[in-house]
Amino acid sequence: MAQQELDHLSGQTTTGHEWDGLKELNTPLPKWWLYVFYVCIIWSVGYYVFYPSWPLVSSYTQGIFGSTMRSDSIAAYEGGVKARLANASGLADAPLEQIKSTPALLEFAMANGKAAFGDNCAPCHGSGATGGPGYPSLQDDDWIWGGKLADIYQTLQFGIRSGHAKARDSQMPNFGKDGILNKEQIASVASYVVSLSDTSVKAAADGKQLFSDNCAACHGEDAKGNLELGAPNLADKIWLYGGGVDKVAAQMTEAKHGVMPAWEGRLDAITIKSLAVYVHSLGGGK
Amino acid sequence: MARPVETKAFTLEEMGYSLFLALLAVVCVILAGKAWEPQLAFHAAVGAVFAAIGIFLIIKGYNDRSAQPAQMIDGKANYNYGPIKFAAIASVFWGVAGFLVGVYIASELAWPALNLDLPFINFGRLRPLHTSAVIFAFGGNVLLATSFYVVQRTSQARMPGIVTPWFIVLGYNAFIVIAGTGYLLGVTQSKEYAEPEWYADLWLTIVWVIYLLAFLGTLWKRKEPHIYVANWFYLAFIVTVAMLHLGNNMSVPVSIYSIKSVQVFSGVQDAMVQWWYGHNAVGFFLTAAFLGIMYYFVPKRADRPVYSYRLSIIHFWALIFLYIWAGPHHLHYTALPEWASTLGMTFSIMLWMPSWGGMINGLMTLSGAWDKLRTDPVLRMLVVSVAFYGMSTFEGPLMSIKAVNGLSHYTDWTVGHVHSGALGWVGFVSFGALYCLFPWLWNKKSVYSLKLVSWHFWTATIGIVFYICAMWVSGIMQGLMWRAYDKLGFLEYSFIETVAAMHPYYAIRALGGALFLLGSLIMVYNLYMTVAHGEDAEGATAGAPALAPAE
Repeated sequence: MAQQELDHLSGQTTTGHEWDGLKELNTPLPKWWLYVFYVCIIWSVGYYVFYPSWPLVSSYTQGIFGSTMRSDSIAAYEGGVKARLANASGLADAPLEQIKSTPALLEFAMANGKAAFGDNCAPCHGSGATGGPGYPSLQDDDWIWGGKLADIYQTLQFGIRSGHAKARDSQMPNFGKDGILNKEQIASVASYVVSLSDTSVKAAADGKQLFSDNCAACHGEDAKGNLELGAPNLADKIWLYGGGVDKVAAQMTEAKHGVMPAWEGRLDAITIKSLAVYVHSLGGGK
Repeated sequence: MARPVETKAFTLEEMGYSLFLALLAVVCVILAGKAWEPQLAFHAAVGAVFAAIGIFLIIKGYNDRSAQPAQMIDGKANYNYGPIKFAAIASVFWGVAGFLVGVYIASELAWPALNLDLPFINFGRLRPLHTSAVIFAFGGNVLLATSFYVVQRTSQARMPGIVTPWFIVLGYNAFIVIAGTGYLLGVTQSKEYAEPEWYADLWLTIVWVIYLLAFLGTLWKRKEPHIYVANWFYLAFIVTVAMLHLGNNMSVPVSIYSIKSVQVFSGVQDAMVQWWYGHNAVGFFLTAAFLGIMYYFVPKRADRPVYSYRLSIIHFWALIFLYIWAGPHHLHYTALPEWASTLGMTFSIMLWMPSWGGMINGLMTLSGAWDKLRTDPVLRMLVVSVAFYGMSTFEGPLMSIKAVNGLSHYTDWTVGHVHSGALGWVGFVSFGALYCLFPWLWNKKSVYSLKLVSWHFWTATIGIVFYICAMWVSGIMQGLMWRAYDKLGFLEYSFIETVAAMHPYYAIRALGGALFLLGSLIMVYNLYMTVAHGEDAEGATAGAPALAPAE
């Protein structure tokens, strides 16, 4: 019943079938199509000869090249690390202060520090190291735990309230929550503290005395802080948890305590050293 | 018209569906009452309402019909168009909704504040809503509509059943509603393109098996000695999607009162099953099934015979045999064993020509009729879709090569690749088919305005070009930035710098998506006007017989 017809436009016959008016031509397979298909198959078979491919009972064909994606990647990574360290000879043993005066070491430390900072520190301190609420800016010279190379290095190694045995630790008391001062007293102290750097704020009469009695032990009589204790300078306009009387009072009532991780064990020793040099160079290093 | 007079009776089929839905309603009410989470209570309540509506529709259908629908009218098959009309309208609705969500999340990526800090519209929840809406809701309804249409007409047979075709179409859309609302409420099993939880999966399984049976039943009743090529592709799609769906959703519910379930696979096996599913969802849902559309609508619209019967056979079998192996190329450089990775890559390369067989058969069918591209924007849309198909099925094997994948993986290049296929191929071939189907189904002479089709074509094409070019540039740039080293061997860029660098391309992508959405709105107007005010076709024509559906 299949009646082949000649299609005049293409010169081909049809298969003789028809469905809802649709027909098909007897055109042979395009030669180029068939040959490219064969080439793809041959290429694949060739690939099986050289690389791991077919699963066997308890193993798989290894390929005569003996290389794998995993071994190639590890080799490339280790080669990269080795090439990098060739430039860093001496950095592991060099004292921190000496790195700055040795151009080759300094260049390496700065490049290493910049790369490590972007992937490890920037999420909190910002890619420009300018910080944000709760995360100190590393661009200014207002340091909480000290801005000397050795100070920064120590903070990087062990962290702040990180749980590490050698971590830096400090605790701002909860003056309000623990009932040490009442609301009015906290407001007085806050107004006094803010007035030190903002002349538009008028300090309450009893503010100075309350500050002297409760805060000066850590923050100093002049409120300029104490690097040894990690007590921030309160006499400047730089605030970790926000300025203004309300925010200062909130921190006094129930204090927030930020955490800086200990990087020892997470980053290699050379990278931590490099980070110290890099952060120190950002503008605020002492 | 001489219809055989039959006595009207509530058929076994109507009885069966009614009882099943009644049972389902009871189960849903119990689940709603005992559910651990409010999400399940909500979904069970929706299920109970849907089941009740289903029973109502069956009874109403029984009251409205005079007797069994005639299989033949005046010597021609009495095709069942009602469910096709519903699926066609649903596809347009879900399409616009899916494109809109796509534009919104593209904008969220460029301007994150747009998530307004609301959990319901953050990127993580809207993204699966977008992918499922465009793939399964839009694409799925287009496939239901076209497969029902094509299989009936090329078999010259009416689909079996009175309730069955409606159950498939309405049941599938009920699944879409459950899946979509689930995403917004945070219900997900975290498998890409298979996010719905166990109860939605179970429901889809029931609907899908009935879809398979109805499709096979129509083929069984065919008056033609052979099965048309489009139907091979549709059948491969239905069978394989059933297999994929069952394979990738093997999970055990924590309790039948809980939305949560636990996968039977874990670790890399879970990942492999997921990408075996994910890749073949692309292969059998978005490729094979839409080739079925191509094989009917391109020759029909061009009024030309299919270029090569032999090519259609060879590329069909090669395509379905090779595609199923290619999934591991999604997992290069992971914990997946390398042999699996290699097989995935090589089978993707071997898949190149079988994929292109469909393109050749589509494009070459126009030989002798190329002039029609000038005058018929619907045919232009169909042909450009085939061209995009060819482009993305070349790009796919290229990206599956391990070395290329090392650059492209995890970047926007992948997103661009997917969208050249999704917008260019799946979108355009669907639009072309809808522009044909609406006049045919509603017995109109032609689509309301070919000029508006042209406007849709150009708006959407420019949108696609914006989209994929932006993603190529940003993806390759992203890949290169990630692997850029300075002279001392340190990474040149931190991750956040690569994110910042992509912002302009994200904005261009959102613009491209907005143009594509605008084009689809033009289509909505055009199709509405076709149905509401189009000129009636005179008598039976080649494309549209004047037979009214019996509903």
